[in-house]
Amino acid sequence: MSEPIKTDVVIIGAGPCGLFAVFELGLLDMKAHLIDILDRPGGQCAELYPEKPIYDIPALPYVTGDGLTKALMEQIKPFGPTFHFQDMVVTIEKIGDPLFRVRTEQGKVFETKVVVVAAGGGSFQPKRPPIAGIEAYEAKSVHYAVRQMEAFRGKRILIAGGGDSALDWTLNLAPVASHLTLLHRREEFRASPDSVKKMMALVGDGKIDFVLGQVTGLEGKDGQIEHVIVKRNDGSVFNFACDAILPFFGLTMKLGPVANWGLKLKDDELVEVDTAAFESNVPGIFAIGDINTYPGKLKLILCGFHEGALMAQKAHRYVYPDKKLTFQYTTSSTSLQKKLGVS
Amino acid sequence: MPKVTYIDPQGQSRVVEAETGSTVMENAIKNGVPGIEAECGGACACATCHVYVDEAWLEKTGGPSPMEEDMLDFGFDVRPNSRLSCQIKMTPELDGLVVRTPERQA
Repeated sequence: MSEPIKTDVVIIGAGPCGLFAVFELGLLDMKAHLIDILDRPGGQCAELYPEKPIYDIPALPYVTGDGLTKALMEQIKPFGPTFHFQDMVVTIEKIGDPLFRVRTEQGKVFETKVVVVAAGGGSFQPKRPPIAGIEAYEAKSVHYAVRQMEAFRGKRILIAGGGDSALDWTLNLAPVASHLTLLHRREEFRASPDSVKKMMALVGDGKIDFVLGQVTGLEGKDGQIEHVIVKRNDGSVFNFACDAILPFFGLTMKLGPVANWGLKLKDDELVEVDTAAFESNVPGIFAIGDINTYPGKLKLILCGFHEGALMAQKAHRYVYPDKKLTFQYTTSSTSLQKKLGVS
Repeated sequence: MPKVTYIDPQGQSRVVEAETGSTVMENAIKNGVPGIEAECGGACACATCHVYVDEAWLEKTGGPSPMEEDMLDFGFDVRPNSRLSCQIKMTPELDGLVVRTPERQA
C-alpha cells in the first residue's frame, strides 16, 4: 500500500461545484484534494459543453462552460488545491470519527476528515454502442480504450467512430494490426482535419480500409468476436471477420462506485442530504451539486455553489472540532483577504 | 397550437400540442412520451433524443446542422431522416409533424 495522503477534505469531482467548494473550504482554512475521471477540470462544463453558453450564473449574463471553469480555477488559486485527474474513487472506509480512508482506481490512498461528493451525474465512462449482446464480448474482444498497443499486434481490428479517439487509434494501430478497418457512418469527421488526411493517405496506400456504415450485430463465442455485421450506407449488409472491435462513441455518465459507499440513495441514483449542511446519512460525507437530492432540489450550478458554502460551515466542525467559527465577509475581513492574497 | 405526432417502434402514436418555439424534444419530455431520453437537457451534446422525421415532413424540418451531424455519430441506427429532436423547433408550418422514435437511444 502506498503512503496515504493526509488531508482535510477529499472532493470527488472537479466540476464547477467541486471547484467552488475549494474556495468555500479554503476561506475556512481547510485544504482539499480533488479527484476526477477526466484529464482536466470542469466536469460536464469541460466534457459536454465547453463552448456552449450558460445564462444563469449570477452576475455573469453570459459565460461558456470553458469560461466558467477557467474563472473558477483563477478564483481558487490562492487555496492551492491538489488535483488528481484520470482517476476515480473506488472505496471509502470509515476509520475514525470522522476519518475516512479513500482509495482510488490508480491505487492512491487518502486519509481525510471530510469527503465531499461533487460527482455530478457520476463518472464519465465510454459509451456502449446499443448493439444487442455486446456486453458478452467486453472482457475479451470489445475494447473502449487501448491500454497496450501490443495486445492488438497481428489482429484484425475494426475501429468504429469519427472523432479524435477513433482517428488517433486508427493511425496508431495501423502498423500493429494485421488488418484494420475504420467504420464511420458518413464521410465527414469530427476529428482534426490533419488526422483525417493521414487516415485517408493510409487508405490510399491500401494499408487500411475505410467503410461507410454502422455495426448492427456481432457474432462469436465465449466472449471472442468472430464476425461483425455491418450495414453499409447503401443498405447492403455484410459480414466481416475480425478479432477485436474498438468503438469510440464518446462518453456518458454513470453513477459508478458512488452506489457502494453506504450512502442513502434516492431512486438508486442520487445521494439524499439534509438542507442545513448537505450532509449524507454518513456524518462527514457531504454531497453537493447534481449528485444530491432534497425537497425542492434544482440541478443548477448556482444551487451547487450555495450547497458548497453551507457544507463548508459544517465541515469546519469536523476538521477543527475545537475552533469556534465566526462568520466573516470577504469584503471586510482582513483575515479572509489575507487568505485570498489580496491584503 | 401546432401538433406533433410521435410514433413508437411498436407503431403506437401519441399526439401532443406544442407551443410555437418549443422543441420536439421538450414536448416529448413534458408530456411523458417514451423513447426520448434527452440526457444532456437539450444542449445538442448527446444523441439521446434521436428521432426519424417522417419523409413527408423532411423538407419542412430541413436536415441537421453540422454540429447536430457530429452528435448523430453517437446515435444508434442513424438514417438519412435522423434528427436530434432538441434541434427541431416548432413553427406553425410544422403543425401536424410526424416523428418516429428509434428502437433504442444511444
